[in-house]
Amino acid sequence: MHSDPAAIKKSVRTYFMVGAALFAGTVITVSANQVHLAIPIAITVALIIAITKGSMVAAVFMHLSHEKKWIYGALVLTVIGFLVLMTVPMFTMMDSIGTPDAQAGAPHAETPRH
Amino acid sequence: MNIPYTVEERPDSGLANGKLGIWLFLASEVMLFGALFSTYIILRTGASEWPHGELNVWLGMANTFILIASSVTMVMAWASLKLNDWGKHRLYLIATFVLAGIFLVNKYFEYSSHWTRGELPSRSTFLAIYFTLTGLHGLHILGGMVVMAYFIGPGASLWKRNPDQFANRIEYTGLYWHFVDLVWIFLFPVLYLL
Repeated sequence: MHSDPAAIKKSVRTYFMVGAALFAGTVITVSANQVHLAIPIAITVALIIAITKGSMVAAVFMHLSHEKKWIYGALVLTVIGFLVLMTVPMFTMMDSIGTPDAQAGAPHAETPRH
Repeated sequence: MNIPYTVEERPDSGLANGKLGIWLFLASEVMLFGALFSTYIILRTGASEWPHGELNVWLGMANTFILIASSVTMVMAWASLKLNDWGKHRLYLIATFVLAGIFLVNKYFEYSSHWTRGELPSRSTFLAIYFTLTGLHGLHILGGMVVMAYFIGPGASLWKRNPDQFANRIEYTGLYWHFVDLVWIFLFPVLYLL
């Protein structure tokens, strides 16, 4: 992260430019939504813009473009944890235990005892 | 005895304690919101139908602009301190605080319009996850406002005693605030548009 005044003076212009880019990104997101794209395309477009905007906030405002390696290390662990969380829905969808199809396909389905 | 490494960097990590601390806190926040986003995906993919157009996109868009503007003023509050311009720092920090307040006022109007129409969290899965995600985010905004109010008020005196430590504290507040902005950047399209 910059600490000398000359570098910070330079960064000020960048901060305002990134702010303007974030405003533009928001307008594009809403405009794309007004077009009424197919849902998979709409999700892809919205997420690409959101990821781009998020990266700009993290890189410039949070100074992640020039941080110390300990911060990057902590963030790598965070990303791994976040990806694990994002795979939970996938495993939930793959899980067929208890569904009628799984019970019908089971080779030795036990009949309930009374 | 003074607490070490509040301003100077530790020889092992090259970071002041507060910097590493706030990043570890933000890592835990990513997990918190990540778990809720994951829940949203499970609920949405498992639902036979999902409502569209229930939320006011223009109000959501206005709140996105407000939070982006507040991120710019927040980073400028820190940059002004580094440039030794106390007056501008105050102006930008107060602007950030006011923008955060406007965000919450907008949210209040949005919530009250839902409540008057009987759109409570108990009515649908969509409304339940909407109120959970935006409510938690709103609490984070409120938390940020409390910290900013402290640095606008009683906490400001630290600038005279230890300007470097004060600048560091504003930087950590800024990191938290940008994270809150970042979360909203994802919440807005996910809840209002898709």
